[in-house]
Amino acid sequence: MSISRIQPLAIIENRLIRLGLAGLFLFETVKAILLPPYSIKPLIKQIAFIGARSMLVIVVAGLFVGMVIALQFYDTLLRFGSISLLGSAVGLSLIRELGPVITALMVIGRAGSAMCAEIGIMRVDNQIDALECMAIDPYRYLFSPRILAGIICVPILTAIFILVGIFGGYFVGVILFGVSPGSFFQGMSDTILNRDILMCFSKSFVFGLLIVWIACDKGFNLHLDKRGAYGSEGVSRITTESVVLSSMAILFSDYLLSSLIL
Amino acid sequence: MNNPELENIIEIEGLNTWYGDRQILSDVSLNVVHKEIMVIMGHSGSGKSTLLRHMIGLNKPASGSIKLLDKEITNLERKELHKLRRRIGVAFQNGALFSSMSLQENVELPLHEHTKLDHNTIRIMSRLKLELMNLSESESLMPAELSGGMLKRAGLARAVVMDPEVLFFDEPSAGLDPVTSAELDDLILQLRDALNMTIVVVTHDLDSAFKIADRITVLDNGRQIITGSKDMIRNFPDPRIVNMLERKAMDELVDADDYINKLTR
Repeated sequence: MSISRIQPLAIIENRLIRLGLAGLFLFETVKAILLPPYSIKPLIKQIAFIGARSMLVIVVAGLFVGMVIALQFYDTLLRFGSISLLGSAVGLSLIRELGPVITALMVIGRAGSAMCAEIGIMRVDNQIDALECMAIDPYRYLFSPRILAGIICVPILTAIFILVGIFGGYFVGVILFGVSPGSFFQGMSDTILNRDILMCFSKSFVFGLLIVWIACDKGFNLHLDKRGAYGSEGVSRITTESVVLSSMAILFSDYLLSSLIL
Repeated sequence: MNNPELENIIEIEGLNTWYGDRQILSDVSLNVVHKEIMVIMGHSGSGKSTLLRHMIGLNKPASGSIKLLDKEITNLERKELHKLRRRIGVAFQNGALFSSMSLQENVELPLHEHTKLDHNTIRIMSRLKLELMNLSESESLMPAELSGGMLKRAGLARAVVMDPEVLFFDEPSAGLDPVTSAELDDLILQLRDALNMTIVVVTHDLDSAFKIADRITVLDNGRQIITGSKDMIRNFPDPRIVNMLERKAMDELVDADDYINKLTR
C-alpha cells in the first residue's frame, strides 16, 4: 500500500536527478569548450562526421521537400488565384520551419544515433573509465569537439537544405508549371525578413546543441540506468531513447522558439 | 622516510560499499608498500574488481578511507584526482583500447595529452613499451584486428607508457591460454624489477597469483579473509582458503525441505 503511493514520487525524484545530471554534463562540457587547452584536430574530425558526411542526405531531402511544397502550394494557391505568391510561400516555409526542423531530424538519424551508440559502447567497454584513469577529461576529449561541431554544422546544413529546397521549388514551380521566374524570386525577396533568417539560425543553433547533448549524455550516463543496463541491450535501448527524446525535444523547442521570436 | 621500501603506497581503512541494498565490500583494510606486487584474489562476485575501482577513484565508497600515494582519494576534487592519476597506470580486463585508433595511437595518447614532447620522441617512447610487450610488429593494427592476449598486452603498454609509480591490472589471465598468461606474469615481474613499479593485480588464477605475488589478499563475498604472504595463505586454516587452494567448491549442508522450498518458491 505505502509502496504504491511512494513509487510515483520516487520516479519523479529519479527523473529530476537524471535531469540534473544532464545539466551538469552540459555545464562541464561548456566549461571544457571555453577553457584552454584548445585542440582543433578532434573538432575537424567531428565536423567531418556530423557535417560533411550528412551532406548527401541533406541535399536529397532538401531537394524533395522543396519540390513537394512547391507542388502543394501551387495547387493550393491556384484555387485562390494567387500563384505569384508561390516563391514567398516556398521560401518562408523552408526558412522558418521545414529547413531547421527536417535538417535536425535528419542529423538525429544520421549522426545523433551513431554518436549515442558509440559513446554507449565506450562506456560499456570501460573506454571512458580508461580515459579517466589516464587523467584525460572525457568532457574535453570526447564531448567538447562533438558539441562544438554540432552547433557549427547544423546551421550550415540547414542553410544548404534551404538553398537546395528553393532550387527544388523553382524547378517544380517555374520549370514544370511555368510560373514566371521573376515573380518567384521577387516574391521571395519581398516577404522574407531578417527576423525570419534570425529565427532559422537561432533554431538550428539550438537544435544542433540539443541533438549532440542528448546523444552524448545518454551514452555517457548509460551506467546510471538501473533497468538492467549495460551490454548490447543497454546500448540499443539508450540509442532508441536518445533518438526519440531528441526528436521530441526538437519539435517542442521549435514551437517554443517560434512563439518567442514571432 | 628513511626506508622507502616500507613506504605505504596504498592504505585502505574500513572500506564499505553498497550497490543499492547489496553490500559489496564490508570493512576491507589493507596496505600496499613500495615495489610490492599485491594480488587480490577471490571467486567471481567476491568484490575484487570493485575494490580495484575504489583504489583508483572510479567508485566512491559508502564509508572508509583510501589513501593513494599519500592522498586521501575518497573526497578529492576531479582536478586533484586527475593530477594523481597521472602517476598511476591502469590496465583493464579487455584492454579498453579506443577502437577508432591504431595500437600505436592508443599507446601514444597519454603522452600526447600530458607531455609537450615532440612527435618523434613520443613515437620512440611508445615503441619502447610496445617492444617490451612484444607488439612492435603490430603497432599499425586496429584493436579489432588483435587477439585477446594482444589486446591485454596493448592495454598494459598504454598503462605503463607514462612510467607510472603504481600499476593496477585487472584480471591479466582471464580468457587467455596458459602460455600467454604465463608470459603476462613474466611481464608483470619484469615491470616491477626493471621499472620499480608497485603493482596491484586482481585475479582469480591461482597459479598466476602464486607466481607473481609478494602478498595476497583473499576476498569472499566482499569480506576480507586474509592479507598475507604466500606461505601464510598456504598454511591458513580457513576452509574457504583450503577449498580455494584445492580448487574445490564449497560444500554446503543442504536441508532437503529448504531446497524444495527454494525451487518451488
